[in-house]
Amino acid sequence: MEHAVWAAQDTTAPQIEAALRAMLAERHAADAAYVPARVLNLVLVVDREWRGEVLNRLERVGRHHPSRTILCAVEPGRTTLDARVTTTAPARSGEAAPAVAQERVEIACGPGHIPHLDTIVDPLVVTDLATVVWCPHGHEEARRALLRLAQVVLIDSLDEPDPRAAIAQARRLAEEAYVVDLAWLRTTPWRERVSAAFDPPRRRGELGRIDAVTVRHRADSVVSALLLLGWLASRLGWEPGAIAGVDGVLAGRARTRRGEVALRLEPDRGQDVPGLAGLTIETASGTALALDRGRGGLRARRRSADGRERRWTVLGASRGEPGILGEGIRQALLRDPTYRPALEAAGRMLA
Amino acid sequence: MATLEENPLTEGLERLPVPPTTMTIFGGTGDLARRKLLPAIYNLAHEGALPEQFNLVGISRGDLSDDAYRELAREAIRAFSRRPPDGAVLDALLARVRHVRGSFDDPAVYERVEACASAWDEEAGMPLDRLYYLAIAPSFFPAVVALLGERGMHRRPGAEVRVVIEKPFGTSLAEARTLNRRVHEVLEERQVFRIDHYLGKETVQNLLALRFANGMLEPLWNRNYIDHVQITAAEDIGIGSRAGYYDRSGALRDLVQNHLLQLLTLLCMEPPIAFTADEIRDEKVKVLHAIEPPQPGHTVRAQYTAGVVGGERVPGYLEEEGVPPDSRTETYAALRLEVENWRWAGVPIYLRTGKRLARKVTEIAVRLKPVPHMGFLSEGAVGPQPNEIVMTIQPNEGVSISLAAKIPGTRMRIRPVKMEFLYGTAFMSQSPEAYERLLLDAMRGDATLFTRADEAEAQWAICDPVLQAWAEGADPLAHYPAGTAGPAAADALMPPGTRWRAI
Repeated sequence: MEHAVWAAQDTTAPQIEAALRAMLAERHAADAAYVPARVLNLVLVVDREWRGEVLNRLERVGRHHPSRTILCAVEPGRTTLDARVTTTAPARSGEAAPAVAQERVEIACGPGHIPHLDTIVDPLVVTDLATVVWCPHGHEEARRALLRLAQVVLIDSLDEPDPRAAIAQARRLAEEAYVVDLAWLRTTPWRERVSAAFDPPRRRGELGRIDAVTVRHRADSVVSALLLLGWLASRLGWEPGAIAGVDGVLAGRARTRRGEVALRLEPDRGQDVPGLAGLTIETASGTALALDRGRGGLRARRRSADGRERRWTVLGASRGEPGILGEGIRQALLRDPTYRPALEAAGRMLA
Repeated sequence: MATLEENPLTEGLERLPVPPTTMTIFGGTGDLARRKLLPAIYNLAHEGALPEQFNLVGISRGDLSDDAYRELAREAIRAFSRRPPDGAVLDALLARVRHVRGSFDDPAVYERVEACASAWDEEAGMPLDRLYYLAIAPSFFPAVVALLGERGMHRRPGAEVRVVIEKPFGTSLAEARTLNRRVHEVLEERQVFRIDHYLGKETVQNLLALRFANGMLEPLWNRNYIDHVQITAAEDIGIGSRAGYYDRSGALRDLVQNHLLQLLTLLCMEPPIAFTADEIRDEKVKVLHAIEPPQPGHTVRAQYTAGVVGGERVPGYLEEEGVPPDSRTETYAALRLEVENWRWAGVPIYLRTGKRLARKVTEIAVRLKPVPHMGFLSEGAVGPQPNEIVMTIQPNEGVSISLAAKIPGTRMRIRPVKMEFLYGTAFMSQSPEAYERLLLDAMRGDATLFTRADEAEAQWAICDPVLQAWAEGADPLAHYPAGTAGPAAADALMPPGTRWRAI
């Protein structure tokens, strides 16, 4: 990779913007095959001391990297702006292929800059590209300021230890922007597999006879489990009631047209990555489907009405946390109509 | 909320469910299986895109145990997958792979395949869909389909049976018709998936998005604004180890009859009333039916001679290993066609393809008519040029539009500039291999990106008369040095003032 760097202390947003523009012009003049990527603007607000950790996470998202990243590192006591602009492009091998470049703007700022952070960031975003805001360390005031520029807010509801507060915050943000929630994306493979399991016409009717759902999750990933239940409820027309818990196990019921569904969320102490560990869906006709994490994919078990059990592996590689973040960035350009209804249903379970 | 007839859980999911399937590859150890199919299957498995239950049988003449075939598949996936395989996923996939040894015309082979598949049905507790992939020489297609029929393997209660047939689909119109008849004696058309992997490419599918999702282009997309169209599929490589196939086929059969005509139909078709398989293919077939076979003098065929490609000397076609020294097979073909309908009448469409040309590029260039009054033409500048919309399929996928712009300075001088959209800059994701998309579509029974029987025949109806005329000596074989843009004779297809685009 080839890097070009510009840095300045005690600078201003217009100076940073001018430097960025000059760098792009210089690189293009030197090599016409150099073209900046134009996918989306990702604006991050982070604590200064965790800046490196967040950058490492971004480095590992691979091909789903945003085209322009603007990272605002908040440093207590700082009153001036320092900036560093880096453009990165693959080293050219003499071929005619274009060298697609990414840009990163790092700004060191202080708490006093936060209320008007939008006026600092505004000149630096690429106009007409989607702008995504991500504040992994809180910085609610900064997020509020930046919402004026952003179409999408990236969150990870698992960052908030209190599930009730996490769901409430996600609902609030969803009123103002399109929300991409990493806690929701951790449920994607599970939703795909549940959908596929009931897709054959002979099995589709069982969706109306579901009478119990258990979701197993890492202890700190209740929100992902709630969102999965919320998804089932909103897609299948269930009316979920409040859930309550003892010893970390949450339980409740949802009303359906035919009766009730027992809902249960169980922490799995053996699960070492955030997200879900497994789920079991049982029906009134005696059938059951269980999916659990396993080697090379999900271990599936299906019990038929006669009690016979079949096991197999549903193939698939784990995306890992970098993959989840990369997927979050990619999803910023898509629109999932099922998240908000799932979120609302999850909210009702915590009411 | 969707009704239960629809599966309400699929809403919002990017990956639609694929029915549980047992796939059988005829030609399980061949080049196509090793380089494309097995890696594509692995990548689908890696992404969790395969059906929840998936099994694979590879058929070949090789004396291979199941384990030996699994090892062959593992090596092929390691060598040709677009991502390094994950050991656990690969192991889990290969555990569901078996090998059946034998010849494609041996009924016992079908018995063994059926035994494997039935065992998997039993294990799953339900009949799984069957997908038979014919990655074999076309001469075997009729026998394989007939044997599937004789053994009763072409239909299954409660499950679907589908057959994927690789190109070339016949070598002439008569053969294609015969083949379609033989196939339809056993299978319904909805069970048949004639694959042209070009249609699985993202950029080819983007042609439809570009045309029908942009209000800007469609008003221009007709004879009133378009001067001509050039469709190019140039390769810088020779025939490699494919002399046996290529010398019987030639450039017209290899690329024009399928890939280039497919691109032409997508470019020229009317908007379908819905983006469903048959609605789209109906419109494509109408375009093919509107094309008269080219007249004598409107085709060029040529063969490459020794030359220099990328600074290295390369042999001529006749010196390539396996090519008969007196071969008359064309390695270059160019045609001038017209789509004789209301939208396109009078717009020449030029197709060209060739081996050992200056560069590898596949593109469609749509040249608009010049502005009616050249008021800006002045000394010292190129002046306004007709706008050109270029859709590059490979290698640098994207779309460019040439516009006239003022050269900075005190005088009103104009030159063309390019407005360019590159896939790599706007979508930071890696496109899946065409075979991945097409395999999933075939398992789901979505034939949109596959060639229908009448479409294949209509393609041959355009190319067959050309082949016959060439066989009778029309448009004699020209020659071009390897590493060039092709034969000079191709320039004569164009009217004065029009040129081929630089390759």
